[in-house]
Amino acid sequence: MDTLEQLRDRLATRFPEAQVVFVTNPGASAEHSLLLDAAHARDIAFFLRDDPALRLDYCSNATGIDWPEKEITDVVKTSVPDPAGGPAKIVETKSVRVQPGYLEAVYHLFSVALKHGPVVIRLRTANRSDAVTLPSLTPVWRSCDFQEREIFDLFGIVFAGHPDLRRILMWDEFKDHPMRKDYVEPADYEWEPTAHDEVLDKAKAFRASVPSVAARKETAS
Amino acid sequence: MNSPAPAFASVPSPFGAPSGPTVRAVHDQFHGDLLEVSMGPQHPSTHGVFRMIASLDGEQIVKLKPVFGYLHRNHEKIAENTSYLASMPYTDRLDYLCSMSTNWAYALAVEKLLGQSVPDRAQYLRVILAEMTRIVNHSCLVGFLFNDLGTSFTPLLYAFREREKFIDLFESLSGSRMMCNYQRFGGCRVDPTPEWLAAARTLIENFPRFLDEYERLLTGNEIMLARTQGIGRLDPARAVNAGITGPVLRASGVDYDIRKVDAYGFYSRFDFRVPLGDHGDTYDRYMLRILEMRESVKILSQAFRDIPAGPIMDPKAKQRGHRPKAGEAYARIEGPKGELGFYLLSDGGPNPYRYRVRPPSLINLTLLEEMCLGHTIADSVVILGSIDIVLGEVDR
Amino acid sequence: MSTPASTPVYVPFPAAGELSDADREDLRRNGILLTSLEELYNWGRSNSIWPLQFGLACCAIEMIAAATARFDIARFGAEIFRPSPRQADLMIVSGTVTKKMAPLVVRLWNQMPEPKYCIAMGACAISGGPFKQGYNVLKGIDRFLPVDIYIPGCPPRPEALLNGLIKLQEQIKGEHLNGPRSARHLRDDAPSEYPIPEYGTHDLTPAQNPALWSAPAPPRYPPVDPTA
Ligand code: SF4
Repeated sequence: MDTLEQLRDRLATRFPEAQVVFVTNPGASAEHSLLLDAAHARDIAFFLRDDPALRLDYCSNATGIDWPEKEITDVVKTSVPDPAGGPAKIVETKSVRVQPGYLEAVYHLFSVALKHGPVVIRLRTANRSDAVTLPSLTPVWRSCDFQEREIFDLFGIVFAGHPDLRRILMWDEFKDHPMRKDYVEPADYEWEPTAHDEVLDKAKAFRASVPSVAARKETAS
Repeated sequence: MNSPAPAFASVPSPFGAPSGPTVRAVHDQFHGDLLEVSMGPQHPSTHGVFRMIASLDGEQIVKLKPVFGYLHRNHEKIAENTSYLASMPYTDRLDYLCSMSTNWAYALAVEKLLGQSVPDRAQYLRVILAEMTRIVNHSCLVGFLFNDLGTSFTPLLYAFREREKFIDLFESLSGSRMMCNYQRFGGCRVDPTPEWLAAARTLIENFPRFLDEYERLLTGNEIMLARTQGIGRLDPARAVNAGITGPVLRASGVDYDIRKVDAYGFYSRFDFRVPLGDHGDTYDRYMLRILEMRESVKILSQAFRDIPAGPIMDPKAKQRGHRPKAGEAYARIEGPKGELGFYLLSDGGPNPYRYRVRPPSLINLTLLEEMCLGHTIADSVVILGSIDIVLGEVDR
Repeated sequence: MSTPASTPVYVPFPAAGELSDADREDLRRNGILLTSLEELYNWGRSNSIWPLQFGLACCAIEMIAAATARFDIARFGAEIFRPSPRQADLMIVSGTVTKKMAPLVVRLWNQMPEPKYCIAMGACAISGGPFKQGYNVLKGIDRFLPVDIYIPGCPPRPEALLNGLIKLQEQIKGEHLNGPRSARHLRDDAPSEYPIPEYGTHDLTPAQNPALWSAPAPPRYPPVDPTA
């Protein structure tokens, strides 16, 4: 099999109007991936499955990732020449921009016939609230059936073209998408204080029901 | 009349209609309504809290929908809120019959993320423990399968007798019978003593005798043959497309064993064969497990012969407080039930940003409906038993 | 001083419960078995407990192990695992109870005939255990059901389950058939069925049975001196 860069170029020539972005993985594993645009994802997926050189006939893993919006501070350094003729001053301008959040679906593809892989492809939604539809790849690889239902259940990505898109792990009446980073679970137990800050905060919040010292003084007197 | 309603009516299947007996579509004046049976979550033959809703025409299954989530314990969410190391004990509880190999899969993923190497002795230990786990899992599975066939516990008694011997070894090594929590990132937790290795070796040497006894008891039993041969056929091309892995896939004749394909760990150093089935029916899936156990014994005896001395932990490896560089990794092993994968995404922090288990048990159920169509409700129980699921892994 | 031998002395015979154990043992050696109906009844009940055959998670494997040859729960008369709740006396909640499963566990309990007992086996059934932080995990089955025996451990060894069973047998043997301290299933005020929670939009409704469980009191603080 050719490298992922070659694969990207092949896809670019085969699907000229599709956007295929090479996503670098800076980690030690160096498993890079291809970001496909939602409009052509299913055509590309069929191509990946049926192309005789690739034959990625087995989609092993499909999963979702939640990327909430985050604030990014950009620092721009500009040098301002000193009108008095001295050395140029460097002025830092900080600007805060909000990187919009999105949901991502990641698929790991292997070839059983040719025994190679993985090829990682990812799809991204436009945002996290209303434009959360992606094309379902279940018609291409049946193994995505339960996994896409799970992504729908836990992350809230709607897969268009999925034959049976229902909640799979939680009950049907459930409203939230619990694997999202901003999910608030029901406060139904006392958290043990641990070294993790968020857990410590939760533990404190539970113990807020203890009256303050001043209040207890009042009741004691 | 008609062929069964294809599950993907909208998309033409590349493989044609599912194989297997044709199911009558029942909607004329001569046939009554379909009977809907909900099996589980409390049912002696669903191996835990699995539930399936079957529509029956007489006794024949015309529709079957699995229902999941009764053991959804939020493993992934919890793991994203704790450190890398703290998730290790949770992986024991995924597939609670095979904690040793689940540990390995997770350790492999984190090592890939960290770029961590593992010393030779630890690699051998991992192979030894994973293969022992495979033996335990397969022998218990056969027991459970026969339980579903109506033998009421007897084969299970034999299997558990043998399992206890393995579990005693696991316990003396790791301190716990089932939840071993044994692998670490860059090696293993404790070094077995020579006595332990000798005891394990004796156990493995004697194991074929147990297998013979087991087979004398079970293989070729007339009722067993009648109830498993030709039942629950799985077409190889459809199985690959549905992501089915492990013994279920190989029973359909597809040669795909991750121990051979990826040669992770030290599996390239061992000489073993990958048994394949011919028919893809329940009987093949049973027989394949027996053959795999025999191959595992072969691997184990080579491992006991070759295991080198040396450290079991990379001396440069960090013990705790792992903070991998930002990036992602997907690592997989050939678990006893199929491809067990871990997908980790790090943002450079102490906790994984995304932690995902690729559960073989869940994905192997994808074609359960297709395998059961046209068979009787009693057969569906046997087919489910031959797929080998553990609910801790299905629902996580 | 001495009574003539011809007039027998009437010695009132003590009730079985008033005889000391040594006396009864003495009599038993001489071939006389003394018992009360209550004792006989409890003895029979405690040695033929039929557990409900249902496993929830990992602990269920140890429950199966307890039933197999090495640990052999049959020695204590509890080997007949019944798949139907209608035939079972004992519910061993062996494993994690998720919120999705909790209504079904309560329903199973309601379907069991009295007298019935409940063992919470493992950390998960007691409190949620390792999975306590999970959004879908019920933090202890005692929020919905009355639990008789708690067996800690993750998983508890089969020996621990046997110990829990023996403790349950002791409890059954000490139950009274009448009077103010009579067994729970004989009292009118003790319910036999418990309300089944429903699936809500974020959690179960109600999240616990208030008649059975309330949040533990906040940790105790040293008393404050109002004058200080
Ligand atoms: S207590 Fe431990 S062993 Fe038992 S069900 Fe819970 S996690 Fe599993």
